[in-house]
Amino acid sequence: MAALYEGYTLCGDGTVQNSSNIGILGVEQGRDIDHVLVTDSSRFITVYKVSDQRPTGSWSVKQGQMISCPAVFNTQSQEYVVVTDDKVVRVWNEDDVNLEKAFKATVSADVLRVLSATDSEPVVLFCCGAVRFLDLLLASPQQPIEHVLNTFPINWSKCTKRGEHCLYVQRFDPNTLVKHRFETEPGLSAPISFSATCRGSNIHLLYLYLNGSVYESVLPLRRSSTGAEGVLSLSRSLCLSLPLGEEKLMSGAVVVLDEAHVAVVGFPHPSAGPCKDYLCIWNTHFQTLQACKEMAGRIYNQLWCYSGKLYIPHGKMLSVIPFECQKSSLAAALGKLKQTSQSESKSCSFVSSWTVQTYSDVTQTAEMKSRMSTKNNSDVKSALTVDQLIEHIKTSAVEDVQAEVGEFIRWTPQADLQLAVGRLALELVSRSQTDANFYPQCVFLQLLETRYLCYSVCPELLSLAMVKKDFHLCQIAFQIFSDIPEAVTCSYLKTILSTPDSEMETVNLDTDSVMFMKELTRAQSRSDEEGGQLNGFCSPALESDVSDSPSNKLQRDPLALDMSCPVGLHKGALLNEVLQAAYSDRPLLPHLKDLTVPQVFLQYLRFLYFKYCHDAHKQIRALRTPSISQIIDWVCLLLDAHFTVLAVAPEAKRLVSDLHKFVRSQVKLYAELCKIEGSLQVLKNSKRSEDFGMYAIQVIELF
Amino acid sequence: MGEFKVHRVRFFDYMPSGIRALAFNRDTERMAVARMDGSVEIFHCSDRFFQEKIIPGREQCGIEGLSWVGERLFSAGLNGGITEYDLTNQKVKYTIDAYGGPIWTITGNQQGTHLAVGCEDGTVKLFEVNEDKIQFERNLDRQKSRIVSLSWHPSGSKIAAGMMDMIQIFNVETGHSIHRMLADRGVGTSRSKECVVWSVVYLSDGTIVSGDSVGMVKLWDDQTGTLIKSHNVTKCDVLALSVSQNEDSLVAGTSEGTVVQFQFVSMVLGKDDNEWVRTRTFKNHTHDIRAVAEITTAVVSGGMDAQLVVKPLLDKIEVRSAASALRKIHFPHRRLVFCARKSGLMLFQYPGHLELWRLGESEGKGIPGSSLFVKRNPEKLLHLKVKGEDHIRCSAVSPCGEWIVYSTASSLRLYRLHCDNNNVSITKISKLPKVLSSANQLCFSSDSSHLFSASTQSSVHIVSLSQSGCKFVGTLKPKSGSHQAIHLLAASEDGEWLASANSDHEVHIYNLQTRKAHCTVPVYSSAVTAMGIHATTNCLFMMYADQQMCEYSIEQKQYTDWSRTVQRKGLHRLWMERDTPCLNVMFNPQNPSHVILHDTYMLCIIDQSLPLPDDKTQFYNQLTLKSLTEEQRKSHSHAFKVCKTFKDILCVELISDQSLVVVERPLEDVATQLPAPIKQKKFAT
Repeated sequence: MAALYEGYTLCGDGTVQNSSNIGILGVEQGRDIDHVLVTDSSRFITVYKVSDQRPTGSWSVKQGQMISCPAVFNTQSQEYVVVTDDKVVRVWNEDDVNLEKAFKATVSADVLRVLSATDSEPVVLFCCGAVRFLDLLLASPQQPIEHVLNTFPINWSKCTKRGEHCLYVQRFDPNTLVKHRFETEPGLSAPISFSATCRGSNIHLLYLYLNGSVYESVLPLRRSSTGAEGVLSLSRSLCLSLPLGEEKLMSGAVVVLDEAHVAVVGFPHPSAGPCKDYLCIWNTHFQTLQACKEMAGRIYNQLWCYSGKLYIPHGKMLSVIPFECQKSSLAAALGKLKQTSQSESKSCSFVSSWTVQTYSDVTQTAEMKSRMSTKNNSDVKSALTVDQLIEHIKTSAVEDVQAEVGEFIRWTPQADLQLAVGRLALELVSRSQTDANFYPQCVFLQLLETRYLCYSVCPELLSLAMVKKDFHLCQIAFQIFSDIPEAVTCSYLKTILSTPDSEMETVNLDTDSVMFMKELTRAQSRSDEEGGQLNGFCSPALESDVSDSPSNKLQRDPLALDMSCPVGLHKGALLNEVLQAAYSDRPLLPHLKDLTVPQVFLQYLRFLYFKYCHDAHKQIRALRTPSISQIIDWVCLLLDAHFTVLAVAPEAKRLVSDLHKFVRSQVKLYAELCKIEGSLQVLKNSKRSEDFGMYAIQVIELF
Repeated sequence: MGEFKVHRVRFFDYMPSGIRALAFNRDTERMAVARMDGSVEIFHCSDRFFQEKIIPGREQCGIEGLSWVGERLFSAGLNGGITEYDLTNQKVKYTIDAYGGPIWTITGNQQGTHLAVGCEDGTVKLFEVNEDKIQFERNLDRQKSRIVSLSWHPSGSKIAAGMMDMIQIFNVETGHSIHRMLADRGVGTSRSKECVVWSVVYLSDGTIVSGDSVGMVKLWDDQTGTLIKSHNVTKCDVLALSVSQNEDSLVAGTSEGTVVQFQFVSMVLGKDDNEWVRTRTFKNHTHDIRAVAEITTAVVSGGMDAQLVVKPLLDKIEVRSAASALRKIHFPHRRLVFCARKSGLMLFQYPGHLELWRLGESEGKGIPGSSLFVKRNPEKLLHLKVKGEDHIRCSAVSPCGEWIVYSTASSLRLYRLHCDNNNVSITKISKLPKVLSSANQLCFSSDSSHLFSASTQSSVHIVSLSQSGCKFVGTLKPKSGSHQAIHLLAASEDGEWLASANSDHEVHIYNLQTRKAHCTVPVYSSAVTAMGIHATTNCLFMMYADQQMCEYSIEQKQYTDWSRTVQRKGLHRLWMERDTPCLNVMFNPQNPSHVILHDTYMLCIIDQSLPLPDDKTQFYNQLTLKSLTEEQRKSHSHAFKVCKTFKDILCVELISDQSLVVVERPLEDVATQLPAPIKQKKFAT
């Protein structure tokens, strides 16, 4: 799932101007991820510190001069670069106060854009299509610029350049230019927005047409130079069809957030009517809308994305909207997967700022370096490679493996880690299976904590843990894995239920979950002491039961029946984890039938259900607790699966009848609530009617 | 485009009367509706349920049953009489006493030869239907309790009668009872209450269906006199039953306001052993449903909440269209409010009296959307009670506000109003010409010098009005055609022309100078719901029940170019889908190209100078236009300017100071004045 967080205004009022989309020329990454460079169309260039929402520096050009392309920050020389009046390149640094006194050079042809990339020299793109490194250009400003494009003007540019329907890819090492032709359809004009990312050895280019289609084309980063000449046709695949409203669209913008998510502005929200002022995040894998936000005021169809934040001008301001995209799975897309809480997911939100970078080989390594620099360690590299480590695993002792894996995880960049973790886990599991003495629990926990592991990567891990009765590992795995098959869930459930409590209590478990169980059972004894009637609530079931058979009166309160927890604390904590696991009911049902003693589990579920209905859990602060709907779903499933068993078995009779009584009382309560809802609704409706009495003289206007 | 000052009036306390009986005529596709106040209305089911004819009721005439015999309509009621209606002239033809006490039910056989009525004294009386009257034939065996419901077997040889606690089957030939079937009383406390069989339906296969006060729909076999099946439909009464023509569907109306449908379907696919199965439940009423009728593609129901609900059965509809939408008819399709344009007076027509009000005055100006300060409140000048028992059929106030006229079925009264300062007095004009004994429709000329009174045979009498009194001037007669009653009259501003529309869809135009018929507008398949003659161009603008509109040039005797363009291009889909007819056509004297129309839910100004919208255009574009600049508006606007600020509109009129009078009757207000519904389910409401 992806989420848009509450945004904030970076600059408002006046900076972004009037009606057309020329208010802001561009937003570029500043000297670190917390700084951005906002170039507006009038005369100002401002550096903002994003986290403080305040400008730290501002420069303007003289009256009469015009900024013709967004300013960029040259990370190599720590200087700012901007082009004014199409031909004058100005370079200055942070301390310069006056732009007029800064270095300037006039070049011989019109400049379209200056493009900057981390750790590489900025690139100057000319209107005629030629490309130069900034330092080489400034060395001899008046050098002749060749005409690459003689027929078509460039009307848009990013890391690629395009004339009518062609795409040019410039590569610097070796310096080659490849021309691609877009596949077009009749009646469809050129794409209106582009976004490119570099993944692996390919450039993924995403582009948006006015009819709402988003296509993806993949360009290989290294191409054999033989095919470089001539026009190549660009194959494409449709990855998203945006819904169109009734009104005709004029523009829109798309930005890639990660491999599965794109942010789109300018297209209507599919269920919010024709209003176009929405910022939406779409999942391209499942074609689903993941998050959206209505923006106040007009949207200019400009959108930038740097380091996990979207920059969007709307109305009279420029807003910063942080977002996060979690790894998408089908379960998440279908909404079956539980929402991971915010604190967990923050660790895995990494979004690289792809948009405005030249994708040469240089940038790829630069990309990697920059990520490492965020870890405050740019020089040290892991001593071992994955392959070496795997060799070590095959032979070393548990302690050594633990140390090495720990070291490896610490120093490996995240992208590589994802692949490596799976291989390591497989290797560790296979050794553990063959070698009975080898069971590195800590290593598994370390691997799990990277959160790059999932069930499908290493299915054997969970069964191994179950065989070893390593409930702690199982618990963590159930917390982290979102793709555990229903059969495994059931066999785990069986293992838990069949293990005696005494054995279970010695296991070391996630403290949070155990604490929750402790609180839950404690809350019960406390409420027992207080008599359970704090607010005078007397349930209808209680009354009806009393009237049904007066002899019951002397017995215990049927609702408080047997409120002691039927299982031990640790077992309860483990069961809670199972309850929160993602599942689909149809595949789960046949496996659930194999459960031999459903009563204990049902008893525990009933206990939870009672507790929840008495709001006991509300007072307990715990990170992960099963929700009441999860509990009820499981009760339903269990009843479905074991209907005949529960109907026949005499020992289940009391349990089922207790449950029935309680459910009946709940149903009655909700029926009463329905009535109240009805009357409140009427009260609300009666207020709403516009009241001017019997007579009024009003003015209406028709257009 | 323009600002209007609007007098928004909500003090017209019109209360529609509850519906008591329905009768559907399959051959003519007409639905007859009888209301609690004794009025009978005829709706045309295939012409968008337009209310073609209204026969006003009278005091103390509770109609209990309606029945068509061929194209003749009969009713019977608690006053013990059987009434036949003259549908051409929209009045009662005759009433004869059945001499059996109050009559609870009336039904004609399919052969069209006999009427059977069920009386309080326990007799079922058969009447022979003759050419011009009905004749008492004989009684069937007298029973101990009143006959509440009756149904003929389609063959006409047997009659089923619903009574207290039982159903009897009579052989019509011998008059003897064949079977007696006992209906069970309710359990518990209702054990002591007798079970009233409110409705019976006799099917051709010998099955008798009954609906009773215990809430059961029961199926009986007439051969053995035994119960086949019973369905518990409701906790209260099942008041009405109706079966479809091919007897595969049955609807039951209950006092909870629900309509329950049963269908005769086979339980095993492909086999022929059909059974009656309860299928659907509709709830569109808040109060008792007193009558249901299953027509070709819909279920029509009516009851105490006074609305006629047409619920289409979607399985019988092939094409989804405006005709297949749920339709609720709350208000009559006639005008009940008239304005004296030049003097700011309003005349409200209630069934038994008239009220005359003077509009209030405002002070200052306001921006659009605001309310102005009311300097003078509206004032009720007159409360005029009708003499006699008949209800008002039509009324009118002259544009100058000096004359008031109304007509019942039996008399016409003309009053002269004297207003000096705060003293209001009226004088009744005596010695009316003989031709003014009764009118179907009334209208004053625009200079208030003449009164036009629509009479029998589609003729219109002209009477001149003066200080001294009134004088008969002449009669306008159509050249040929039908003799149906006129329901609309429109006089031109210059006093030259008069147009009349009758229920056969004919529109005749007369020249008032020569008092001769001038021409006839080509007859269209749908009824005219409103019309008006343009003040400057003398074009007749007509609105039809199917939402079409035509403009006909009286001088050139042909449709205008604009009208032809409208017909050629077609009207917008959303315009055609509206479900209430337009009830008034006015013209803006300041802008001759503006035609003002209204229906129950909207007010519309058609600007004939602007392009017509096509189906791709945004039809309700007022909000869009509001947000655009003056320049952009020009490219976005189209001819139909629809204002939806008002709802439940009974009347819109343009008065001479350019302000509009909008008379609303909010349905919530109507609902609060209805009697309490039988069952209150919700807590604290």
